[in-house]
Amino acid sequence: MSDSTANGLVLAADGTPLKRSLSRSMRRQKMRAFMLVAPLLIFVLLTFIYPIGVMLSRSVQNDIVPETLPETVRVLGAWDSSSGDLPNEVVYAAFMRDMSVAIKAKKHTRLGSRLNYEKTGFSSMFRQSGRKMKKLDPVVDAPFKDKLIKIHKGWGDIETWKTLQTYSGLYTSGYFLNSVDARMTPEGMAWQPEDKQILLKLFGRTLVMSLIITGSCILLGYPIAWLLSNVSPRSANLLLILVLLPFWTSLLVRTSAWKVMLQQNGVINEVLVWIGLVPDGERLILINNQFGTIVAMTHILLPFMILPMYSVMQTIPPVYLRAAKSMGATNWTAFWRVYFPQSIPGIGAGSILVFILSIGYYITPEIVGGTKGVFISNRIAYHISSSLNWGLAAALGTILLIVVLALYWAYDRIVGIDNVKLG
Amino acid sequence: MANTKKSDAFVEFERVQKSYDGINLVVKDLNLSMPRGEFLTMLGPSGSGKTTCLMMLAGFETATHGDIRLGGTSINNIPPHKRGIGMVFQNYALFPHMTVAENLAFPLEVRKIGKSEREEKVMRALGMVQMQDFAGRRPSQLSGGQQQRIALSRALVFEPELVLMDEPLGALDKQLRETLQFEITNLAHELGITTVYVTHDQTEALTMSDRVAVFENGRIQQLAAPDKLYEEPENSFVAQFIGENNTLEGVIKEIKGGVALVQLDNGDLIDAKPINVTQAGQRTRVSIRPERVEMDKSRLSSDAHTLKAEVLEFIYMGDIFRTRLRVAGSDAFVIKTRNAPDQIRLQPGQIIDIGWLAEDCRALDA
Amino acid sequence: MKLTKTLLATTALTVAAGMVSADGHMSSEMTIVSWGGAYSASQKGAYHDPYAAANGVTIINDDSSAEAVAKLRAMSEAGNITWDVVDVVAADAMRLCDEGLALEIDPDTMLADAPDGTKASEDFGDLLVSECFIPQIVYSTTFGYRTDLVGSTAPTSVCAVFDTETYPGKRSLEKRPINNMEWALLCDGVAKDAVYDVLATEEGQQQALDKLATIKDDVIWWSAGADTPQLLADGEVIMGSTYNGRLFAAIEEQKQPIGMLWDAQVFDLDGWIIPAGLSPERQARALDYIMFATDTQRLADQAQYISYGPARKSSAPLVGKHKTLGIDMAQHMPTDPNNAKNTFLYNYEFWADYRDDIDAKFQTWLAK
Repeated sequence: MSDSTANGLVLAADGTPLKRSLSRSMRRQKMRAFMLVAPLLIFVLLTFIYPIGVMLSRSVQNDIVPETLPETVRVLGAWDSSSGDLPNEVVYAAFMRDMSVAIKAKKHTRLGSRLNYEKTGFSSMFRQSGRKMKKLDPVVDAPFKDKLIKIHKGWGDIETWKTLQTYSGLYTSGYFLNSVDARMTPEGMAWQPEDKQILLKLFGRTLVMSLIITGSCILLGYPIAWLLSNVSPRSANLLLILVLLPFWTSLLVRTSAWKVMLQQNGVINEVLVWIGLVPDGERLILINNQFGTIVAMTHILLPFMILPMYSVMQTIPPVYLRAAKSMGATNWTAFWRVYFPQSIPGIGAGSILVFILSIGYYITPEIVGGTKGVFISNRIAYHISSSLNWGLAAALGTILLIVVLALYWAYDRIVGIDNVKLG
Repeated sequence: MANTKKSDAFVEFERVQKSYDGINLVVKDLNLSMPRGEFLTMLGPSGSGKTTCLMMLAGFETATHGDIRLGGTSINNIPPHKRGIGMVFQNYALFPHMTVAENLAFPLEVRKIGKSEREEKVMRALGMVQMQDFAGRRPSQLSGGQQQRIALSRALVFEPELVLMDEPLGALDKQLRETLQFEITNLAHELGITTVYVTHDQTEALTMSDRVAVFENGRIQQLAAPDKLYEEPENSFVAQFIGENNTLEGVIKEIKGGVALVQLDNGDLIDAKPINVTQAGQRTRVSIRPERVEMDKSRLSSDAHTLKAEVLEFIYMGDIFRTRLRVAGSDAFVIKTRNAPDQIRLQPGQIIDIGWLAEDCRALDA
Repeated sequence: MKLTKTLLATTALTVAAGMVSADGHMSSEMTIVSWGGAYSASQKGAYHDPYAAANGVTIINDDSSAEAVAKLRAMSEAGNITWDVVDVVAADAMRLCDEGLALEIDPDTMLADAPDGTKASEDFGDLLVSECFIPQIVYSTTFGYRTDLVGSTAPTSVCAVFDTETYPGKRSLEKRPINNMEWALLCDGVAKDAVYDVLATEEGQQQALDKLATIKDDVIWWSAGADTPQLLADGEVIMGSTYNGRLFAAIEEQKQPIGMLWDAQVFDLDGWIIPAGLSPERQARALDYIMFATDTQRLADQAQYISYGPARKSSAPLVGKHKTLGIDMAQHMPTDPNNAKNTFLYNYEFWADYRDDIDAKFQTWLAK
């Protein structure tokens, strides 16, 4: 087929160099492969990668300030905030010009909401000032310093201008600082006052409780997965349906069912009191705390642990156990030394799934978690849908993503990611 | 048969039965006795009960009825890990998460043998199969043949007196299988181990074993040394199952002087040796090995019966020729002739006379 | 890009405003967002069905009001607003207005006059808390208690919630600072009209939390309006806060042994907004619907289905009997003089400023 020329280049039958000929034929294959994945790739890019990128970028974006108050931001740069004096008329006049444009475009209240995250009171200050500043003309009515201070005393507060100066950049690290219970002040970074330090605590709690949930899923799921892979296919199918049953009921229904089970006048307490194990006056508190969250989430996430375990255990031939026993191992030794190590990839896959799902959960902790069983995701949900502080929500989400990636990396270093089998 | 030599028997099955469903017996009234050091093969088609017997001996299945004894003591109620029986499995069953050395050390560890002694025994066992250099490898890094060598040495490393092998060579190619057959028998004899070997490959059974137990339908059909089994099958199943065989069906005309006169279904008469036929009028299936069929009339006795045969096919197989004939209405009659310089190569369509010595043709149950 | 969008939006707005009465082109389909359940049912009976019948419009219901603010913001950013009229609480309407996500409403030109000719702005009065908000109902957050579990003397004051000696047992409160902080201060001796001044200070916030701390171990915190009625029905709590309509349903429709504690009920408003940036046809339709649905008779009609007070003064005399139960609804309205002896008005401006700050403190305190 091919032949060597004088210079040692291998030629294909038609005389073109073999390498080029090969790469041409491969290119077509690669193109075809690419075309096959292209729809999914585009779909993932548009619906997953792009939105996540946008979300993450919000965690540092601050363009609303320089875009709404372009002139003010520029002249405020020259102001020395440590002097203890209010900015001069130049700043106030620039602010007046910026505001009259913003008020016309109805953008000033939006800026007020944005800055209210940094300093309480900005929201009403911008809203109220806006109504009155509408009546002023940015040229005719100069000077403005005293007029503005009369409109709202906040404009005579040096802290107001310090905050504006601190948050005048296009980008800010403020949201990230907020997500670790710190904040950016005109003097630099500072911790939040103690009575507002909650997020680090919630991060810690989320990780610890997710680990506990993962652990209980392993303990409860392992025997089931073992049973599944060792009974006849008929019984295995039936069992598998029972395992999957929770998937067929709505999450809210399942969680509410746990409420009925666990509350103080719930099924479990009633039974315990009826048997006489627990006196009527001392019913157990099983819900609206961490215990409730752990129970309900373990139940909800259990299938995600059982399925990968089952698919791995299915591939472990029972002959290994026989071999171990024939060599003198007791049932326990045979299981622990021979079967268990081979089932670790299933445990690993299940654990990663359950852990990642549980640190992102918020509905169940919200319903059964009470005050001590809520997760960081509950705060993210709050900031997305209630406080509308999407920047902070994005920063919290980014940190969560980084934590997950870091744990994944650690898992890879310690256990090895090729030791994870999903099927 | 087992009860007669109870004293020197090492492995004994006495009236053992096994049923999984309470309706059908997969092992029916099994009696077997093995002296120490014997290499015994259980041979039979799948579903014949041979593997079940092996598993009962290993302790993974319990006998529904009967007694299994090892060294004179009943082991019915001893769990597998206390039986001290080495075992080699069809798919090697090497633990994938352990290195070769760790695999071999496993049975020693569970016996609480010290580290230095363990290492020494592991290396010695690897030495027996020439695999010392692979101690640090994982099973997945080894070829099938290498894995089976490791499995073998793992079964031997704790020096069991009895080793069970469950179709250990089934997954290997022919050439490797032959090499390993040789190695296994050598090793077993050298170490004086009693071996029970299960296979459905009759060549393997014949070449390796001291004795072969042919299983069919939950019973041992014949238990004998390989040559006896081949040459003197006691019934038509064994005759069919062991080696290649030509069968012709007919009725016993008479039995006289240790020779039976058989009238085949197309009317031809032949001579045969009566094995499990006793009287005239019985239907019989006569069995004759392809290599015992004679084409040269001068080598038969003058009054021997011969049959007309039409050559259908001639196959050159190197060391032998294989010729398919139509004989007494059967198209599947085969003869084998040695590839000797003076050997005739028959042509399809040729009509020849064939015959045999009466003792080579066995009249069996129909 | 952004500028052009804004310009276009403003132009469209001006054009649309001029078109409302012209009845040129109005879309034949509209999506109305509300809270679902009994509340949406009451709107369907009082507004949607008659409007659709009279105008041949298809009305699509979407029960997304709980996430309306976040969803509207997302829709607006994506440049694809699929909602035409949205039912929100006043605080959310204010935020939407601040964010530029809701249309500004001129009550006197865009809303119907009262039958006696009173202008809408006067008829609604100070319930028009935001330029974008069209009030619909007055509801209140108040307490219900289990009549069989509170002992011989039924509670008459909101401070019973903080009195665990007379009323031992669990109580349920909403898992947010709003209302709880006010009640705590009221029961800690702060005068009613000083509550928000006190709450604006660090010390005042701490005072409220300290008062709440006295019952912290006895509280089950709820996050959905249906929680308290359920907790009361199960006997999990002896008293709890929720919306008065929920309690009405539990008492009158489900006949639960629950009593109303109207003392210091916190008035709040619920109403409509129209998203900013709709096409002229859709905006005209939305305005037309609003004009119809918030007139005096229609607002009174809604009270046949649910015990929330109509937001127009002129509607109050028209409130009649419950559609199915046949009971007189006026006495179940939070605005009924018997119920409104001691009421508290939710301060929107205050909470718009302090919500995030106090919420962070409240959640930190909860997690302690």
